[in-house]
Amino acid sequence: MFGLEKKDARLLLLVLALTMFAPFILNPFPEGSGWAQFNAGYPDLMQRFVIFGIFAIGFNILFGLTGYLSFGHAAFLGVGSYSAVWMFKLLSMNVLPAIALAVVTAGIFALIIGYVSLRRSGIYFSILTLAFAQMSFALAYSVLTPITGGETGLQLALDDPRILDGAAHAAGNIPVPGLFGLEMRDSAELVLGAWVFTFNIGYYFSAFVMLASFYLAIRIFRSPFGMMLRAIKSNQQRLNYTGLNPRPYTLAAFVISGMYAGLAGGLMASMDPLAGAERMFWTASGEVVLMTILGGVGTLIGPVLGAGMIKYMENILSKINSDILHTWFAFLPDGLENLLVTLVYPFIGKGWHLTLGILFMLVVIFLPGGLVEGGQRIAKLFGRKKAKDTDGGADAANSTTPAE
Amino acid sequence: MDAIILQILNGLDKGSAYALIALGLTLIFGTLGVVNFAHGALFMIGAFCAVTLSRIISVSHTVIDETRTDFLGNPMKVEVPYVHGWFGVETGDALIDWAVPLSIIFAIPVMILIGVIMERGLIKHFYKRPHADQILVTFGLAIVLQEIIKYYYGANPIPTPAPEAFTGSFDFGAMLGFDPNTIIYPYWRLVYFAFAAIIIGAVFAFLQFTTFGMVVRAGMADRETVGLLGINIDKRFTIMFGLAAAVAGLAGVMYTPINSPNYHMGMDFLVLSFVVVVVGGMGSLPGAVLAGFLLGILESFASMRQVIEIIPGINQVIIYLVAIIILLTRPRGLMGRKGVMEE
Amino acid sequence: MGILDVKGVNKRFGGLQALGDVNLSIAENSVHAIIGPNGAGKSTLLNCLVGKLIPDTGSVMFDGKSVLGRSPHEINQMGISRVFQTPEIFGDLTVMENMLIPCFAKRDGSFEMNAIGSVMKQTDVIEKAEAMLVDMNMADKRHMNAASMSRGDKRRLEIGMCLSQEPRLLLLDEPTAGMARADTNNTIDLLKQISDERDITIAIIEHDMHVVFSLAQRITVLAQGTPLVEDTPDNIKGHPKVREAYLGESA
Repeated sequence: MFGLEKKDARLLLLVLALTMFAPFILNPFPEGSGWAQFNAGYPDLMQRFVIFGIFAIGFNILFGLTGYLSFGHAAFLGVGSYSAVWMFKLLSMNVLPAIALAVVTAGIFALIIGYVSLRRSGIYFSILTLAFAQMSFALAYSVLTPITGGETGLQLALDDPRILDGAAHAAGNIPVPGLFGLEMRDSAELVLGAWVFTFNIGYYFSAFVMLASFYLAIRIFRSPFGMMLRAIKSNQQRLNYTGLNPRPYTLAAFVISGMYAGLAGGLMASMDPLAGAERMFWTASGEVVLMTILGGVGTLIGPVLGAGMIKYMENILSKINSDILHTWFAFLPDGLENLLVTLVYPFIGKGWHLTLGILFMLVVIFLPGGLVEGGQRIAKLFGRKKAKDTDGGADAANSTTPAE
Repeated sequence: MDAIILQILNGLDKGSAYALIALGLTLIFGTLGVVNFAHGALFMIGAFCAVTLSRIISVSHTVIDETRTDFLGNPMKVEVPYVHGWFGVETGDALIDWAVPLSIIFAIPVMILIGVIMERGLIKHFYKRPHADQILVTFGLAIVLQEIIKYYYGANPIPTPAPEAFTGSFDFGAMLGFDPNTIIYPYWRLVYFAFAAIIIGAVFAFLQFTTFGMVVRAGMADRETVGLLGINIDKRFTIMFGLAAAVAGLAGVMYTPINSPNYHMGMDFLVLSFVVVVVGGMGSLPGAVLAGFLLGILESFASMRQVIEIIPGINQVIIYLVAIIILLTRPRGLMGRKGVMEE
Repeated sequence: MGILDVKGVNKRFGGLQALGDVNLSIAENSVHAIIGPNGAGKSTLLNCLVGKLIPDTGSVMFDGKSVLGRSPHEINQMGISRVFQTPEIFGDLTVMENMLIPCFAKRDGSFEMNAIGSVMKQTDVIEKAEAMLVDMNMADKRHMNAASMSRGDKRRLEIGMCLSQEPRLLLLDEPTAGMARADTNNTIDLLKQISDERDITIAIIEHDMHVVFSLAQRITVLAQGTPLVEDTPDNIKGHPKVREAYLGESA
């Protein structure tokens, strides 16, 4: 199917099903119940799941396959966002040209930064990318204010030209991004008993883009190009003495992953048409590293899982406060209740970063394959065959043998 | 002329902090071969040692002061620090006033302990793993450490003043025969620079003149050979890690009056300190110090109004720009040895 | 004129003269061994041949074209393959993938951006890699992770990878170093077979005299960075200078 191996096609179908039914899957608890705060099925968060999924998928093409650890990928995300907002300001509120420009500008930026940074490897490459990204951030924050909006960020204004839209939006409100009349922020609600499910146009649009990105990533992983990238990670010396030049391969991977980041940035701006410099700050670059490692570096589905997990923690775990904890443990005797709340409290709410940091360290130390490897180990524990669906590079062996 | 002197002076305190952090980073990288992303967190913990000590010293109890009354006519309740009771009012107040410098004594054992625990408990297991893994795990550790600090101390900067005696400023302008008030420089920054110079000197002297230091230097040059001599190099390297942690911590302690410490100050400094290390040359101690001061001063020159008018925004990017140019033209940095991670 | 001609090559490292006026000619389709005691400059010479080092003076001509100043991958594209002292293979990849990479390199050159097509669909390359695996007697290991194989198997795979590029000159750097006797003999047999069956020149740097005398048709003895003598194995065995400089120590 789609020119994919059976197991890759199954994986794609799984992701398709998950994204299409996400409004249901993420909203398992009835409205108004105590558990409703764990519902993640609201448009804003669902959009973030898939958009950061795209970002992480792209990052994984670079880091997962070639082993080059970039600490500056957020720069491309930011560039994508700025480009998209400019397209909304100048051309049209249609998201397609905005996203196209976001991908192209991010690609050009990645080409320039990659061309320079890839002249070094290892820690030096990481520092170079970090330096470039911090430079971009500093410039966007200060000198480039006419282009980036500086501290306040780049926003739409009523008197933006919007050449193509013309009079259509002259009505006095700032228009919203859309796709041929479908507004990204529009949602339909489905009420089933106590459950409320929200179907948002922006989410479904992003989800389709994510599926396309995911499909493309599978193709890249299984292509001769992808194999060469894994060879670069494994042994550059041998690659050199096999008559292959690693530089164009790594540069191509860098540009592709930069374009993925630009796509994510463009989508972000399409969901909410503003862009700020903080999107380029190095902590944002660090976040995508965390996502990729946590989910499973070098695997196909891992980065998507990692992105989902971190965004879930950021938006859900962070909202739990001590009152909520007290209601959970209310069934216990008072002393025990208070003790448990005291013990748990540092790890939730505002302290969710602590949980993330600990989780991340545990993964790096004990589970280099991330959640995916964890899943596989558990699957093995139960005597099942190696979980096929969640398998990326590690099992590519089978795909390189001719079909029997 | 006076403007130039002022900029050099302004660059010194940031440069001192860069140099001290970079020195520790280089010690760790040179001895253990580990790229420590948690080093900034050690700087930050040092700063919070000062916060902690000044809080401990100022712990007070409430007493009723019969001699004074509040607006309702009742005897006034006043907070009296315990140190007043123990050392008398004058000595007590002096202790509170001098909390930051006193924290040095408190911070040294704490930082060495943290460093040794970190090395034995975590870093040790990563010697043989790729640099990317070391970066990742120490990055995770940095997040954990800074979140712990955030949990206990909150997210806002905590003002931690210098002793009363150091709150004024030097008027270098008047001293050097320029117009008065053109070169104003706070005392504490001068103290910080002197302190940094002493620490750097002490580290170099320690490495240069003690047997311990000699073995460590030999180990930095060629770990295997030294190992073959039957010297337990690992134990010494653990101590070096503790020492590097202490250097970073002390840099943090003394920095608190310059910038009120907050939980993410370590990360802010770390990114720049890495750039400093790379510019100085991975594994070169003099390089780290030199690059630290150079970049600190360069940054302050780039912030001059005259410069910004010519090249807007240069002050924001100068350090990164220099780093990129150095990395591309001279990958081993200013003073790096040939062959140390040149690729 | 041989396939590889080294003329007047000098290389200094600081005060050390690693190579002093090296002249060497390797005849096409021969097996030529370069021997010498430790520190004789064998590895330096080899690195000069493959582009890792650039000699201070002199010329290195391969098939009439200079290799100097070219990067390793360009020299490889000219037809020189190298086998390393410790097998350099793609440890994280499977044996089959290891074999596929040189086959792709042979077909597509130094860079080909095929990011969409599946590896599986490249039937010509896959068939070629399969055939080479069969030749190397490791078809049953094709799904194994290359890093998990024995030293001898890794060596075999590395040689197979080099061969699948159809090089005209195969350079081997102590190919049996650190191997057990049985693995060493297997490697000797494999190299003999390759030299007999294929249109290929083999240059081998070796410490182990057993390997050298079972394989080489010509031997160059290197001492202190300079070729001492070059002759057939029988003559080398009896050469007084060689005995003095080299065999005397190891015999």
